[in-house]
Amino acid sequence: MLTMAQKRKRNAILSAVIGWTLSLIILVPFAVIVVNSFKTTRDSAMMNLEWPRDGWVLSNYAEVLDGGQILRSFFNSLLIASGCVIVCVIVTSMAMFVIKRRKAKLHRFIFYMFFAGLIAPVNYITTLQILKFFHLNGTYFGTILTYAALGVPFAAFMYYNFIGTIPKEIDEAAIIDGANISQLFFQVIFPLLKPVTVTVATLTFISAWNDFVAPLYLLNSSSKWTMVLMVYNYWGVMQQEWGKICAVIVLTLIPILIVYIAMQKYIIAGMTSGAVKG
Amino acid sequence: MYKKRIYRSWFTMPAFILYFVLFIIPVIFGIGYSLTNWNAMSSEIKFVGLRNYLEIFNPDNAYLLAIKNTLTFTICASVGKIAIGLALALFFNRKFRTQNLMRGVYFMPFAISSLIIGMIFTSILDPDGILNTGLRAIGLDAITKSWLTNRSTALGGVIAVEIWKSVGLNMVIFLAGLQMIDKEYYEAAQLDGANAIAQFRYITWPFLRPSITTNVILNIIHGLKVFDIVMSLTNGGPGNTTQVISTFVFKTYGMGAYGLSNALSTFIFILTMLIALAALKLIAPKEA
Repeated sequence: MLTMAQKRKRNAILSAVIGWTLSLIILVPFAVIVVNSFKTTRDSAMMNLEWPRDGWVLSNYAEVLDGGQILRSFFNSLLIASGCVIVCVIVTSMAMFVIKRRKAKLHRFIFYMFFAGLIAPVNYITTLQILKFFHLNGTYFGTILTYAALGVPFAAFMYYNFIGTIPKEIDEAAIIDGANISQLFFQVIFPLLKPVTVTVATLTFISAWNDFVAPLYLLNSSSKWTMVLMVYNYWGVMQQEWGKICAVIVLTLIPILIVYIAMQKYIIAGMTSGAVKG
Repeated sequence: MYKKRIYRSWFTMPAFILYFVLFIIPVIFGIGYSLTNWNAMSSEIKFVGLRNYLEIFNPDNAYLLAIKNTLTFTICASVGKIAIGLALALFFNRKFRTQNLMRGVYFMPFAISSLIIGMIFTSILDPDGILNTGLRAIGLDAITKSWLTNRSTALGGVIAVEIWKSVGLNMVIFLAGLQMIDKEYYEAAQLDGANAIAQFRYITWPFLRPSITTNVILNIIHGLKVFDIVMSLTNGGPGNTTQVISTFVFKTYGMGAYGLSNALSTFIFILTMLIALAALKLIAPKEA
């Protein structure tokens, strides 16, 4: 007969074993990519986990890094995703501060419009028309603004909940000291929003970085391609050269996995914020 | 009133204008264009009423199939993600070593572009891919297939990959719900002699309701709009067997049939809004 403590310990070990065994379903696909990125074209043709006949090679990485296209697209992704985060975070937090504090008809209307954006699908064809009208089509700026607009609904939802937890007495103290709305918001309130800002920024960054639908419609010049789009291009061009494709995939995954690992806590906080309230 | 003087409305304008111009107006224009014959061939745009919509519902075209596929995808993927996600969450909701790391692994696909996931699985589900290799290794040669180019398994393959990608998200949402439950409830129930089923029914389940609602609604909305995973796995093929509404929006756009493309886009808009609002009304907990 096992004691309670022994039983608990046995269950814990059993859980860990089962959990890690099942997690192979998630891990094996990644392992296949990493392993094959170090194989020659002949070996990687089979895309399996076998030991390579030609030995391990770094030539795939050397070849895909040659020419600098990857590096350029990395900076394109970085520029577009960070630009979108900055615009989205600033304009949405400003708006939600006033909307949460005022709750007048106009403000409720704007809130519902934002909320509808969580459900409604984007129409890229007409978005492109609008960008053309402002001569912003095919530019970094136009793409940044488009992603920022698409990020507004989620950011609005997050800020709305969080701003409610900041006591109004803080506003009043600043106002008595003679602050106007800009001073009150940017010097007093915005720093207090940091936890939710980190969450919003991380999730907005990831979705802009990973997106390939908008550039499919909006960006036509390959010099402005993001990393994800460039992988897509490699895929079309290099058909059966899986070794090289895998190397490109690995290089594309590294930055986003670093963000994921570093910010996991905030990502989960953001994605589960709706769950508790329903 | 002091509120008016302090919380100035112009503060809402940058976000509102940005969002209105680049999100709302395109949707409204899309509805307008869906009633025209706008196309790449002629410079003249004429009002054609509901002709594009009749085209969508014309049984001679593949659009009805795409609607059916979209609904099949939405239902199957949602059920799969919720069932497996809930099972994983219940499993993870106890203490054992390396638990957080393991949760991070299950949730990882969430952070990766659907395009890249699609590429990875194109290789895995290839006739010579690792899935078939594995099946052969355990003597299941009979069921090996060219999963994504076989008419009867392609849509199932796409659904399976979607479940693989999003099951972690469903899991963390369920976990957030489960972690709100005070352990004392279970201890009290055990003292009263409640068995595992009773504990689940009377303690776990009520706490899970909000996270089930969230997952159902998120999965439905996401499913109806699905595009990228289909695009990268099958591009709608073989034949049109995995074509969904969004892939046809892109395809008709590519062919220059902008009016029709906007009609399809508007159709998804209406469908998503109706189903999401109905789902919200039906399953969202009533506010007290």
